[in-house]
Amino acid sequence: MTDTTPALRLDGIVKTFPGVRALDGVSLELLPGEVHALMGENGAGKSTLMKVLGGIHQPDAGTIYIAETPVVMTSPQQAKREGVVFIHQELSLADELTVAENIFLGELPRKSLGRVDWQTLYGNTDRILKTLNVGFDARTRVGDLSIANQQMVEIARALTVDPRAVIFDEPTASLTDAEKVVLFEVIADLQSRGVGVIYISHRMEEIFKITDRISVLRDGQYRGTLNTAETDEEEVTQLMIGRKLDLSRNESHHEMGDVALEVRNLSCGDLFRDVSFTVRRGEVVGFYGLVGAGRTEIAETIFGLRDPSGGQILLNGEEVRIHSPQDAIRRGISLVPEDRKGQGLILGMNCRDNMTLPQVDDMTAGPFVSDGAEVAIFDQYRDKLDIRTPGWRQMVGNLSGGNQQKIVIGKWLSMRPEVLIVDEPTRGIDVGSKSEIHNLIRDLAAQGYAVIVISSEMPEVLHVSDRIVAMYSGRVMREFTSEEVTEDSLIQAISGIGGDKVA
Amino acid sequence: MKKDSRANLIKQGAIWAFIVVELAFFSIAGEFLSVTDTAFMDFDNMLLLLKQSAPIGIIALGMTIIMINGNIDLSVGATFALAAVVLLDSMSWPFMQALGDWAIPLAWGFALLTGVVLGAINGLIVWKTGVDAFIVTLGSMLGYRGLVFMYNGEQPTSHLNWTLVDFAEAQFLGLHTATWFLLGTALILWLVMTRTVHGRNAYAIGNNREAAVNAGIRVGPHFLINFMLIGFLAALSAVVFYSESGSVNPNDGMLYELWAITAVVLGGTKLAGGYGSIVSTLGGVIAIQLLRKGLGHIGADTETVNLVIGLILISVLFLDRQLNRKGREDLKT
Amino acid sequence: MAELTKQGLGRFFARQGILVAFVVFMIVFALATPRFIDIDNIAGVVRSSAILGVMALGVTFVVIGGNLDLSVGSMMSFSTIVVLDLHDKLGPALAIPAMFGLTLCLGAFIGFLVGYLKLNSLIVTLGMLSAIHGLTLTWSGGKNMDIADKDATWFGVFGQGYVAGVPSPIVIFALLALVLGVILSRTPFGRKVYAVGGNGTAATFSGIPRARVVFMTYLVSAFCVATAGLIQASRSMGSQNTVGQGLELEVLAAVILGGASLLGGAGTVFKTVIGVLILGFIQNGLLLMGLAFYAQYVVTWVIIILAVWLDIAAKRGRLWSPIA
Repeated sequence: MTDTTPALRLDGIVKTFPGVRALDGVSLELLPGEVHALMGENGAGKSTLMKVLGGIHQPDAGTIYIAETPVVMTSPQQAKREGVVFIHQELSLADELTVAENIFLGELPRKSLGRVDWQTLYGNTDRILKTLNVGFDARTRVGDLSIANQQMVEIARALTVDPRAVIFDEPTASLTDAEKVVLFEVIADLQSRGVGVIYISHRMEEIFKITDRISVLRDGQYRGTLNTAETDEEEVTQLMIGRKLDLSRNESHHEMGDVALEVRNLSCGDLFRDVSFTVRRGEVVGFYGLVGAGRTEIAETIFGLRDPSGGQILLNGEEVRIHSPQDAIRRGISLVPEDRKGQGLILGMNCRDNMTLPQVDDMTAGPFVSDGAEVAIFDQYRDKLDIRTPGWRQMVGNLSGGNQQKIVIGKWLSMRPEVLIVDEPTRGIDVGSKSEIHNLIRDLAAQGYAVIVISSEMPEVLHVSDRIVAMYSGRVMREFTSEEVTEDSLIQAISGIGGDKVA
Repeated sequence: MKKDSRANLIKQGAIWAFIVVELAFFSIAGEFLSVTDTAFMDFDNMLLLLKQSAPIGIIALGMTIIMINGNIDLSVGATFALAAVVLLDSMSWPFMQALGDWAIPLAWGFALLTGVVLGAINGLIVWKTGVDAFIVTLGSMLGYRGLVFMYNGEQPTSHLNWTLVDFAEAQFLGLHTATWFLLGTALILWLVMTRTVHGRNAYAIGNNREAAVNAGIRVGPHFLINFMLIGFLAALSAVVFYSESGSVNPNDGMLYELWAITAVVLGGTKLAGGYGSIVSTLGGVIAIQLLRKGLGHIGADTETVNLVIGLILISVLFLDRQLNRKGREDLKT
Repeated sequence: MAELTKQGLGRFFARQGILVAFVVFMIVFALATPRFIDIDNIAGVVRSSAILGVMALGVTFVVIGGNLDLSVGSMMSFSTIVVLDLHDKLGPALAIPAMFGLTLCLGAFIGFLVGYLKLNSLIVTLGMLSAIHGLTLTWSGGKNMDIADKDATWFGVFGQGYVAGVPSPIVIFALLALVLGVILSRTPFGRKVYAVGGNGTAATFSGIPRARVVFMTYLVSAFCVATAGLIQASRSMGSQNTVGQGLELEVLAAVILGGASLLGGAGTVFKTVIGVLILGFIQNGLLLMGLAFYAQYVVTWVIIILAVWLDIAAKRGRLWSPIA
């Protein structure tokens, strides 16, 4: 880090979408040869900022400087020409093509008659692959590679130009520990060549291991930059979360009833193994862990969307077999799924029809759907959950994220379930609606529902849970009561460190 | 990793294995059931088979590219008919007749140009309006057929040129003219799809359109070129076929699109795009023609062919799904 | 504000554009040829559209459920041939239910493949198009099928009869449209069809048995096809094996013209009826204007492209596609 001219500088970037100020004067400076973490909660504006940098969105105000020269980014290709390359979280590879074709996608070397110059192509590819030290060659079909190696192809793609800045977006989400080591070596190598690296991740452990500085965004605003060596997780977390969402634990307590749901040694292939836990009436059990730890898959198994490969599910002390969501619903289990738009809602349908969908068979007058009964349910839950919509005829796709989520929650509450599973209840929802939904979850418990909350946000889990189950890599690492849990122990448990399995 | 490669190999070899099974089956069954004395694997019989494969085959080769690209073209049958009408009618134009046999290449040119223009219309609509190719070509299937009728009413268009017939019936190195066209087209398209930037980009677009767009590949022009290509090939197919027959009915070429798609799917090309091969489509075309001839050979009614082909198509789909299915822990959606 | 109105207008056309187009057509044709709005002419158009229309009703269910059905044409040939053949063997009273049963079996087979085995509906129904055609030819031995004594049977009532002065094909079409329209818009089953086509995953997550719903849409389609085959057979009392050939794509054109999205989840029976009538009236209007029947093909082409284009243009808020 001898050169102090920033490789890349963002200054006062503003980006508004209808109704949302996604970026509010964000500035960021990346030095050559540094690894710079960009952190923030979901919805803090990280991905919007990167889209502005990549020319996918045009900023309303603010300037991007490359080596102190202002540039206007119009497309990812242009960004690449300026030496700014992205390694995306979702791999954007054509898996039927070879490694070489993917690396030079859109810029295959040509000979006469539009022929591909394979010699040059493979030559250039081999040269790049050699610097990455990978165990596959240029002619391999990408679909035959492991996820980690596919990621290497993405990285190789970045190296086709002489990059000034490489942006990694959650690169380790689906990597094993061994694969991570290789990735970090590659990053260190980039660093030593004077390339600036922006590293976007939620994983503190990695951030503290490989980065030089950490910049934090919150609610679309720049919250400061810290030197990694001089800070700790607590300070970073504080910056990320600010004052609005504290790390306070759930302190409300009320009478709990009998065990409503018990899971014994439940397994499902490689997804999760030997998972056991109980949920009482009136209790909120939080499932905390990294993406891919198997939490959602457990919920899906209980809801009949996956067949378990072993173990038992007991409802009210009785063993049940659940083969389909219909079975689950009949037995009083409801699931508010993780992906609101993909799994929770039919966006082209109106609010009322979405809400009453699981019970449309029961809302009949003679052979016909009873409008009156449906509207009654909709009105009831609109008032109860404070859903803001002009009327039930409104298409769900036109509502805000928070109101959409309330429709999904209303849909399942109106089924009067015994067990309610809520997966990522506040993902992509504004702060105001967040705390409303948290309060709602506590209220439900107070009314005697048995509730499971799956979340990747620690404050949320701490805030709503009576008990917390920490998961790592398909296994339950530890269970905590809300009194005994500490942030450190929770983070350790979900990182696979020092977990002692609690029976 | 290895397993995937092997599955790929199985997929690519499957159609040829199927052809071998067909040959064996019909040869053996033919011994007992045949209505004629000739053996099924008779050389002339096989040559004829290739020739008969040509009209649908040439179209199916073009359809492969369209489908690899992630589109579909339902209008090829109508394009085929319109090109045929132009071919035959143009030769009776006064100035063309004055040219003598020189009218032939000119008439071919007109017919091929017709195909290219019709394809370009489809391609431009798909590109510029963003309407799905299925709907666009469903519409132009009707529209182009309307143009065929408008050209000559419900009357057949006929023009027999003996030079042309001689050319079409000629055999070179044992193969018929039509067969040469089929094989030549296959060779050229195979080179295009495996060796050229355009071909590789077509795969990339069908395989992962977003990635292709992000990499700066211009999707629209590729669509346009490929639709022009299939229009050209539909016309070429008409040129090859009608040079010999010399008469076209306005309903000719109906359902060709469905036969072509069947051959392509039998050859293993993915409907969603991004995967497929010209050579396998050639296999699919031959397999269908073998089935037609084979069933006839063993004395089955020709109508049984439709039944068998339909069921085979569905079985292929089913097997493909079974091959690609993962474990039972999959999400049941 | 201006943008809002523009958007509102766009949405209005996206929703009601087909109705507007229909009215405009009727007015233009009526002005061009006064005979067009003659009641006999109108009845004639509806009558000749009835077979296509009845089939389109069923395909509407399939398409809203997110699938395609390209087999209805050859399935209709099958129904027609079978009922004609059985008529002389079993008598009309038994032939009709037998034909419905067989056609429903075909529908159930397709529904099983697409719904429960989750195979691609385009390819499955393409395969069935061919397979059913083969089945029909095998049944008939490739020969035309005729009722031996055309005067000695009441079988003609479905195609040639009248109910209170209205031709029976119209009555059947109208009744079926009414019943299916109510089923689609008012019953739990109809709601599930929209849910499954709108977002199959979300429907599954809501406890909707997706496979069964898809299966049922193909049964509905097969029932409609059988009805169409009955009308066809009853009207002509004899038939070729290829009577329904090519109808599958015309039916699909009518359904798309009615605004059903090929992606599923959108469309109504009422709009499909409008789509069918537009096709019928275009054909009729052009004929009355002295143009040959095939002129309608070209006009239909232009209308389908325009209808779908304007629909998606209204949804994306810009006329030209963003494809680079």
